Formats: sequence, structure tokens, C-alpha cells
Amino acid sequence: MAVAKTSKTAANVPQSQEELISGSEAVAQALRLADVDVISAYPIRPYDTVMQYVSKLIADGRLDCEFIVAESEHSQFEIVKHACSVGARAFCGSSGVGWMYAMECLAVTPSLRLPYLAICGNRALDDPGAFGTEHNDAMCVRDLGWMLYWVETAQEALDMTLIGYRAAEDQRLSLPCALCLDGAFLTHSAQIVSVPPQDLVNSYLPRFDLGDRVLHPDNPISIAPQANEDWLMEIRKQMDAAMRRAPEVIREAHGEFHRAFGRQGGSPFIEEYMTDDAETVLVGMGTMASPVRVMVRKLRAQGEKVGFVRVKWFRPFGTDEIRTSLQRFKAVGVVDRDFSLGAADMGGVLYNDVRATMYDAQRRPVISGFIAGLGGREIEEKDVLEMFRRTQQAGADGRGGEVTWIGVRE
Amino acid sequence: MASTAVEVIYRGIFQKTLAGTLVKTLVLAAHREGKIGTAMSRYGDSPERNGIPAKQFAVIADSQDELEESLAKYEPKATDVSICLDDNMCKGIESWSWYGVQPINALVKPGGLLIVTSLRTPDLLLRHIHWRDQPYRIAIVKAEASLGGLWVYRDDHTDMRLLGAVARLAPQVVGLDALVQSLHEKGLADQPYAGDTEGDARAWAPRQAAGQQPIPVGQTKLESMQQAYEAATDRPVAPGEGVEGNRLTFEKPGWKDMRIGVVVDAPKPGVDASIEVFKKWSTRTKRPVVNFDTCIECDLCWLHCPDECFVPTPEGVYDVKYESCCGCGVCEEVCPVDRCIVMVDEIEFTDLESPYQKWKRGEPLVAPASGGGAKYGAAAADGNTGNAEDRG
Repeated sequence: MAVAKTSKTAANVPQSQEELISGSEAVAQALRLADVDVISAYPIRPYDTVMQYVSKLIADGRLDCEFIVAESEHSQFEIVKHACSVGARAFCGSSGVGWMYAMECLAVTPSLRLPYLAICGNRALDDPGAFGTEHNDAMCVRDLGWMLYWVETAQEALDMTLIGYRAAEDQRLSLPCALCLDGAFLTHSAQIVSVPPQDLVNSYLPRFDLGDRVLHPDNPISIAPQANEDWLMEIRKQMDAAMRRAPEVIREAHGEFHRAFGRQGGSPFIEEYMTDDAETVLVGMGTMASPVRVMVRKLRAQGEKVGFVRVKWFRPFGTDEIRTSLQRFKAVGVVDRDFSLGAADMGGVLYNDVRATMYDAQRRPVISGFIAGLGGREIEEKDVLEMFRRTQQAGADGRGGEVTWIGVRE
Repeated sequence: MASTAVEVIYRGIFQKTLAGTLVKTLVLAAHREGKIGTAMSRYGDSPERNGIPAKQFAVIADSQDELEESLAKYEPKATDVSICLDDNMCKGIESWSWYGVQPINALVKPGGLLIVTSLRTPDLLLRHIHWRDQPYRIAIVKAEASLGGLWVYRDDHTDMRLLGAVARLAPQVVGLDALVQSLHEKGLADQPYAGDTEGDARAWAPRQAAGQQPIPVGQTKLESMQQAYEAATDRPVAPGEGVEGNRLTFEKPGWKDMRIGVVVDAPKPGVDASIEVFKKWSTRTKRPVVNFDTCIECDLCWLHCPDECFVPTPEGVYDVKYESCCGCGVCEEVCPVDRCIVMVDEIEFTDLESPYQKWKRGEPLVAPASGGGAKYGAAAADGNTGNAEDRG
């Protein structure tokens, strides 16, 4: 949408523009600011909206980049992988089954340590044909060396695109990074977003430099030759070492961003809401934060000690932050917008990661699990209320481990 | 209480079925003796490539527990019998599965047996085989390498003759009676030899020249196996007997020392174009021998060689860097001059020296007295400085 007005809220951040834009357009604006070299495209909701905004930026002469329309998601993700290997800052995105069709390329990219950025507009996996949000698509790469961040707002989408490049391209990591955006809730609704000036972004985000791994006639190398059992475990260990370094690099990237732009302060891994004296909290990722916060305020008004912890970076998992945070509470309810059928206690992915994290905590809260909002179903206030009540009851009983599907018709 | 192990070292694809037949037949026959066993191929060799050395194993034990003890390893670390299906691999083997060159006898136990299908003598093969610090035995089954395809089995009774030799020289693996019983059960015993697909006279000429008796059309598999059993002899190999050879080994770096991103160096521009880091050793079954006297300097070999082994010289002819040659034979195909480039069996050579330098010194390019009699070797020798007299 049109430029609204010059920001007056942050005097030390000159020339930031406030614009009414969707999460998709916020990403496109960030790509312009990051001066991305190669973008590959294949239409799928909600990435098509990013494609549209990027196309317009290029047509308007505001972004100079190669915009390659592929014939499938598989090629789309191969294109950016190879573009990245010659030193291009690259971007790509998909969702749902499109993301799955690119899985071969997604799986090999972390081994090759090619740090491009992607968005995964979380979407249910067909069949049946479904467009609503569900986190299972992005979850499929959670073990493979991708860094994953769950975005809540359009502003965060813009900021995290810049932070994502900075962290991913850091020579200590050099890992691909995906921003997970809940389809519809985030990608298709416009919010007021502060768009920073170019020179400020330039000072924050250094030029992409692959160093001596750049594929170029002057630097003849071969990437990804055959590697048998004599080599692969060492390659995986290198990826593990990078992921172990990731929390530190992420903290730096967020800290520098906060100093430059005045946003994204606090922990990069979690965001706590009304937790200071809380006894019962819900934990979740993405846009569900909004209805949960509304209900937290309502229950607080009735004197109940409840709060919310939003998990932001999912890979790497904020083990230390989450352990330190959640051990303060009596009862914790983890809300998964995904399913992991047959997993421990039939719980969701986030639920079992949180439980594993809390196993070695000094004090273990009672942890309940919830599966909610699948296929884009709205998580309503009454659903949040039910989850709080069940979590409180489990706390009172001192017995966790129960996983409940919320908002499903009986 | 005991277990025995047999390895079959073969040329990928071309001898895959033959190797499989051998190990499976051994295991099945041993089962007739009340033993239990397993036949396996190396996962690291898969998928096989044409001609690249590969291995299959038979492990046979008295009990399930002993078998499991053997199978707990990736592959047997020591063998009672190692069978080599192509004598070119006596120079050492390099496969997909490991780095460097492994001596052909690397796994043979003290006192164990190395069987080679070859038209050459043990003494000649020992000019290529690495020495061991332990005694073992070598036996020859007189036959040229039996090469089939992925779906095509060359039914020339090489399998039967090798099995007969194993039963005679290593009866602890399996005895002749069990093998015979197994052949009968599978309905193979009376299957007659149908003749060589290439036409008998042409196929047998070089083999006969090297001392292999022709198999009469109609001879049964059982007869071939029994004949081989009767004829089998071995020759003791003393510790230290053999050659130093090429014992190319690599230090594998730790994960902290490896470049990230699965990146390896490629040759830099301006340096020797042949690929220093991708040398070829026993992947090659034949090597190109160039008759520099008839070379017309057309550059086609240099242009077409996928391994960039042809090196320009002041005279305009091209030297050959054998260390980089995979032996594909493209140069022979594209060379427009009759018998100017000829592919010669690798076993005819004991060095990797520059043929150009030899030619400048007036030395023969194919060493005399290699004792081969191989058809290609003889043909190549004709086109070079006369050195064919010791052949056959």
C-alpha cells in the first residue's frame, strides 16, 4: 500500500517509513533492502503474493535482481541453491505440498552450507486440497540443518528477513534459513510496518561473502562429490557444530539489529507475556499468539495468574531460555499447530521438544499438550480458555502427559 | 567350532553375476554339510560401475552365534580364500569403497589361498602382487577373465572350475561331495557346455596358446567342476615374496580439518591439466600404447581423452600420463591411423613411466617377457619396437 508518513516514534532512526502492508509485502520490502541478487518463483498460495510484490518492485526499478520463474518447486529450490554457490544472495519460498516437492533440494542444502533465505508459508499438506495453516510442512526440515523461525507479525517478517540473512550468512553458520509464516493470518492481512532506510540496512547487513567456497572460474572447486561412509559422518558433524554455534550468532544478530533499528530486543528465542507472577502458561508459535494474549488479559482481569510464552526460533531450539523460563511455572500447556501421529504420548512436535527440554530442568512443571488450529481452523478465545483450564487442572492434579485435540467436532 | 570366509574380487557389472553365483553356491553347498552361512556384497560397491573392482563374500560358520560374530563386522577382516576374477587386479584394487590401493592378497589369512583366473603363471603374477609378511598359497585357474554383463551371464564354466578348485585346495570351506549334491539339487549338474558365444575357434585360440584346454561342447557342469578339482594345484608363497608395488594410502582428516560445504579443490587454471588428485590405478584394465613413429599429430587423442592424460611434447606428439588414465579406450577409437594407438592389457606393464621418454631412449613400450599372449598385447607389440618374441 501507499507510503503513509515518516515515522516519528524513533528519533534516532531517521527516514523510516510507515506502510500498511501484509506479511508477504513486508518480506518483499526486506528483500529490496537486502539487495537480493536472485529470486526464484513458482506460484503457490501464499508465496504468490510475495512474487507479486517482488515483481512490482523490479518493474518499478526499485529492486535489481534476477527473477527466475521455475517450472516446479523442485527446480525453484535448486536454482537458489546453485545461485547461492556462486555468491549470489538468494531468496525463495513455497508452502505445503510445494515445499514437499522441493524436499530433495531442501534436504541437501544444509550439507552444502549454502545460506539462502526461504519463506515457508505454512499450509496444510494436500490431499485433501487445503490451504489453511498447519506447521507440518516446515517441520519436515527441522532435523536437517535448516534454521527455522516462526513469525507473528508483518513487522517481524520484515525484520527477520534482514536478521535471517545476517545470521545465516555468518561464516560461523552458513546454513539455510526459513521464515515460517502462518498462511492467511499473516500473509494476507495488512499491518502498519516500519520500513527502515537503505543506508541503515547497509550498515547492518554486510555483503554476502562465501569466501573460498564461491564457485567461480578463478576459484576452481568441486561441490558435493560422491561421499561414502568414510566421509558423511564428518560432514554431518560439521553441520552439528554449526548448529551448536547458531544460538550465539543469532543473539549477536538480534543484538546488533536492536542497536541499529530499536526493535527485536530481548531474547531471540522466546517472548514472554504477563509471566512475571504466572503459575500457568501456554506455549506456542506463530500467529496463535494473538488470541492467546487476548485471553491472558481477560483471565488476568479476573485475577488469574496466567501468561504466554511464544517460541520464536524453533531451530536452533532455545533450550537454555525455554528451560530457564518454564521451570518457574507450576503448569505449562504446549499448543501445537502441527501433528506428529504416533509420537510419544501422541503429542505434537513442539510439545515433545519442550518436554525433552524440561526433563533436565531443576524444577519440572506439569506439562499438557494440545493440538489446535489444524488446516487453518481459527483458534478462538473459547479454545484458549479450554486449554488454560485443562492446563490448570493438570497442574492441580500434578499429572501431565495428556494430549488433547482442541476445537475438533465430536 | 569355526567359521570360514571367502571373498570374490571382481570387475563391477561385468562379473557381478559370476561373483554372486560363486558365493551363493558355496553357502548353499556348505549348508548341505550342516553349516550355516551368508552371502553378501559390499554395500560400498553399490551401485556398481562398469569394470570398477568390487567384492562379494561368503561367510560360513558351524553355528548361528559364530555366524553372527562374523557378520557383526562390516565385512570379513581375514579370508580363507580370496578369489580374483581378473588378473589385472593383481596390481592392487581400488574401489568405490575405500581410498587408495588395496593389495589383492590383503585379507588372505596366514596359510590361506589366493585363486586367480589367469592365463599367466603364478611366477608372472607375483611380479605384480604385493608381498605379505606371512606365508600363503596361490593357485591359478587357467582362464581369461570371464566377462558378462548386468543381465548377461557368460556360461563358460568358470564358476564350476573355481568351485572345484576351492573344494580341493580349501576343503575347510566346503567339500566336493556337498558341491556335487548342491548342483544336482539345483538341476545344474548335467547342464552341457553350449560353446562360446564368440565362436569357439576364435575365442579359444589365445587361451589355448596360453595353455588352457578347450572345454568340449557338451561337457557337463559337473564334469567341469570335477576336472578342475582333480587338476587344482597351489604354489606356496613365502613371506616377503612379491613386489613392493603401489601401496597408496590416505590419511582421512577429522571433521575439523575438512572444508565445510562438501567442497574439494579442482585443478587450478594454468597448471598441469591432468588431474593430480584423481589418479587412476587398478580401475584401468588396459592402457593406450602409442606408436609415436606413425603418429600424424592430429590432436584427436588429446581432444577426446576424458582424463586429460595426453601431454604435448616438443615433437608435436602426445606423451601419455598413465597415472591419470582410466583405460576407457576413447583414444584408440578416435585415432585415425591404423594401430597407432592400441589398448594393451595392464598386466603387461610393471611401471607407469612416460612412453614418450622411453621412445626417445629407443626402448620398447611394451616390456618383453610379460608372458601374456593376450590378443591385444600381441597386436600392440606388432606396431612397436619388436618385442613379441617372448609372448605365448
